[in-house]
Amino acid sequence: MGKELFNILIFPGLLFLCVFGLLAEFVDRKLYARLQNRMGPPWFQPLADFIKLLGKEDVIPTEADTAVFKLMPVVALSAAVAAFFYIPLWGTHALYYFSGDIIVVLYLLLVPTLCFFLGGWYSRSVYSMIGAVRSLTQLFAYEVPLFMCILAASLLANTWSLSEMAVFYGRHPGYWIFNSLGFVIAFISLLGKLEKVPFDIPEAETEIVAGSFTEYSGRLFAFFRMTIDVELVVGASLIAAVFLPFGLGVGQQLGFVVYLLKVFLLMALISLSRTIFARLRIDQMINLCWKYLAPLAFLQVLISLIIKWVLVK
Amino acid sequence: MNNPGDVKIPIGPQHPALKEPESFLLTLRGEKITSVNIKIGYNHRGIEKACEDRTYIQDLYLIERICGICSHSHSTCFVQAVEEIAGLEIPRRAKYLRTFIAELERIHSHLLWLGVAGHEIGFDTLLMYTWRDREIVMDLLAAITGNRVNYGINTIGGVRRDINAGHIDASLKAMDILEERTKYYVGIAQEEITLKKRLSGVGKLSYDDALRLGAVGPTARASGVARDVRKNDPYAAYTEIDFDLITDDHCDVYGRTVVRLKELLQAYKIVREVLKNLPDGPITVKAPRKIPAGEAVSRYEAPRGEDLHYVKSNGTEKPDRVKVRAPTLANIQAVSHMLEDGYLADMPIVVAAIDPCFSCTDRMISMHNCGTRKEEIVSWEFVHAKGIEWYRNKGIDFSQLNKKLHSMMNK
Amino acid sequence: MKRRGKVVRQVLYSVVRKSNTLNYPHIKSGMPKGFRGKIKFYPERCIGCKLCMRDCPSNAIHIKKVGENQFEAEFDLGKCIYCGQCVDSCLKKALEYTDEFELAQLDRTKLKINFHAEPKKPTEK
Repeated sequence: MGKELFNILIFPGLLFLCVFGLLAEFVDRKLYARLQNRMGPPWFQPLADFIKLLGKEDVIPTEADTAVFKLMPVVALSAAVAAFFYIPLWGTHALYYFSGDIIVVLYLLLVPTLCFFLGGWYSRSVYSMIGAVRSLTQLFAYEVPLFMCILAASLLANTWSLSEMAVFYGRHPGYWIFNSLGFVIAFISLLGKLEKVPFDIPEAETEIVAGSFTEYSGRLFAFFRMTIDVELVVGASLIAAVFLPFGLGVGQQLGFVVYLLKVFLLMALISLSRTIFARLRIDQMINLCWKYLAPLAFLQVLISLIIKWVLVK
Repeated sequence: MNNPGDVKIPIGPQHPALKEPESFLLTLRGEKITSVNIKIGYNHRGIEKACEDRTYIQDLYLIERICGICSHSHSTCFVQAVEEIAGLEIPRRAKYLRTFIAELERIHSHLLWLGVAGHEIGFDTLLMYTWRDREIVMDLLAAITGNRVNYGINTIGGVRRDINAGHIDASLKAMDILEERTKYYVGIAQEEITLKKRLSGVGKLSYDDALRLGAVGPTARASGVARDVRKNDPYAAYTEIDFDLITDDHCDVYGRTVVRLKELLQAYKIVREVLKNLPDGPITVKAPRKIPAGEAVSRYEAPRGEDLHYVKSNGTEKPDRVKVRAPTLANIQAVSHMLEDGYLADMPIVVAAIDPCFSCTDRMISMHNCGTRKEEIVSWEFVHAKGIEWYRNKGIDFSQLNKKLHSMMNK
Repeated sequence: MKRRGKVVRQVLYSVVRKSNTLNYPHIKSGMPKGFRGKIKFYPERCIGCKLCMRDCPSNAIHIKKVGENQFEAEFDLGKCIYCGQCVDSCLKKALEYTDEFELAQLDRTKLKINFHAEPKKPTEK
C-alpha cells in the first residue's frame, strides 16, 4: 500500500511529473529562443512563473459559473496525470496494465481538451467562448488520425494493451519501422492536441487575447499551465512508447536514460516545428487533417494489416 | 443583435493584436465577419494646437514626435513647407543628406513591418530575424544622427550634422549585409507555404476600389495604382536619382508584402547612389527667426504613404496654423471594406497590412451639431466646458478628483 | 517552387551562433560617439544670453545669474527631450552631449540637476 502511494504521488507520479513538466517547458522555451538567435530564459523560469502565479489573486467574472470555473483546472491536471500511469516508460510494463488500456489512455488525454472547452465556455466572455469553440473544432480534426495511427501499431502487435505492445515489439526488434508513416502522422496530430504552432488556433494571442484562458488568473491559471506542461510530457511519452519501442528491456537505470533521450528528442522536434511554421486558420487546418492526414492514416492501417497477414502468422 | 447567433466582439481599444489604441467593433457569425464599425481618436494629443504656441524651431521637435517610426517624414515635410514660405534654397549637400536619412528610415520601417506581420500570423521567427537585421540600421542611425528614433537631423535651412568617411563606409557595408538578408526574406515569401496560405486571398482591394476609397502608399501600389510622391512630385534629391516605382497585381496582403520587400531593394540602390554622388558644400543656410506671411502645402512619401503638411504663417515667430494629414487616415477607409466577408483570424493581418500608425492619424476634430447639422468652429474653453458637462450628465464629477490631484502634486 | 519549412537551415544554424541579445544589466552595450544623452554644462563659458532657454522645446533648462559674470544652469531631466537644440544654439559652446542614458529615478526631485558655477578665485592685484 505504501509503495503504491509512493508510486502514484511521488515517483513516477504527481511530483515527478510536475517537476518533469516544468523542466520540459524550460527546454522548450530555451530551444525556441536559441533557434531564433536569442538568449532565452534561465533554468528556473517556469518554476518562478508557477510560484508567482500562485501568489496572485483569483479574479472570477460575475457572470461566470463559479463551480465549473474553479473545478476545470483540477480535473484537467488529474486526467493528464492519470494517463501517465498506463504508459510503459522504461521497463516493458507500465505501472498498471490491463487489456484495453489504450482506449483508457486516449480517453484520459481527451479530458483536458474538454476541460479547456468547458472552462472557456462557462467564462461567459466573448473571447473565451470563441476560443473554446475553436478548441472543440480542432479536436474533431486531429483525433481521428491520431487514434488510427495508434490503432495501426496495436493491430500489428495484436493486443489492446500498451504494455503487451511494448513486449511484442521487444520480442521482434525492427518491426517498429513499419509504423514510420504512422509516426509522422501521429506527431503532426500531437501538435494539434498540444495546441502548438502551426495548430495553436484556440489560443491565438493576436486574435482572441488568450482563448479559453482569457478570464483565468492566479492559482487556477497556474494549474492550467501545469496541465499544459504535463500534457506535453505525457503526449511525448505516449508517442515514444508506441512508435519508438526499442531499448525497453535493458534494466532500470539505462532504461531511464533511454526514456529521457527519447522524450527530449520529441520535445526538440516540437520546438523546431514551433519555430519554422506560421499559424494556420481553422478552416485550413481542418482541410489539412481531413484531406491528407486521415487518408494517410487509413493507409497506415492497411499496411499494418498486410504486414500482419504476411509476417506474423 | 440583428440575427440570433450574431456575436459582437470588440477588438480594441486594448488588444494584443493592436499596437496602438483603436476600436473595431466586429459582428461575427461563426468565424465570418459580417460588419465592421471603426472608431479612432484615442490617440489625439492636440499637437496641431500646441504648434501654434511654439516657435518654428521648437515646433520642429514637436512635429517630429508625432510618430516614432516615421518621425523624419513628418519633420522633413514640415521643414519643406516652412522653407517654401520663407523662400529659402537649401544647399545640395543638405538635400542629399535628407534623402539618405529618409531612405534609411524607409528601410527600418519596412523591416519593422515585416516583423509585425510575422507576429500577427503567429510566425515569431520572422519577427525575431527581421528585428535583428533592423538593429544594424538603428545602430547606423545612432552613430550618424545621435539617436535611434526621433533623429532631429533637420533644421530650418538644412541639416544639423554632417557625415564623414567612416559613416559612409559603415553605411555601404550595412547595405550589402541587408541586401543579402532581404533576398532571403523574398525567398521565404515566395516559398514558405504556411506564410503564403495566411497571406494570399486575404484583404482584397481591387484597382477601382483603391482609387475610390483613396488608398495611398504600398496599400494602393499593391492593387496596381501607380502613385508615388517621389515620382509624381519630387522633393529633396529625388529629382536627380533614378529608381523604379514598384507596383504589384495581387491586390491582397501578399501583394503588399511583395511591394514592401521590393521597395527595400530599391532603397538599398538609392542609398548607394546617394552616397556615391554626395556633393560637397555647406550643410545649412541661415534662416530668419520670423518667417514672412504666407502659406504652403508640402507632400512627402512616408514609408506608409503620402504625408501632407499645411503651414500658414503670419510674419511672427510662431505659426498661425499647422495641419497634418497622415497616410493612415487615407487608408483606414479601405480597411472596413477589406474586412467584410473575411474571417476573424484574418483581421489582425489585414489591419497590419496597411501599416497602421494611429499616432500619426488622430488630428483635429470638427464638431457637427446634430440638431442643426451645421458645422461650427468652437473655442478651446467651449470644448473644455462641454466635456465637463457631458461627464456630469453621466454622474462623474471631476472637481473632487481635481482637488485631490492638486493636493497630491503640491505635497 | 513551394517548400515547407524553408527557414529550417537558418534556424538550425542559429543554435551554434552567438546569441544576438545581451544579458542586460550584467552586460551592457554602449552607445556610439555623438549620442544625444544627458547634456553637460560648462559654467565658465556661459555668458548668460539665454538663447538655449528660448529655443528649448520643453522649457527644461533655466539659466540663473549667481554673481558677476557667473551663471548656473538647472536642468529638469524629466522635461528634457534630448533633442540637443540648446547645444546648437549656444554661441560659446558651453553645452555638450554625453552618452549617459540610464537616467531613471524613483524620486521626482532627483531629476532636477544643477550645474553650479565654481567660486571665482580672487585675482592677484
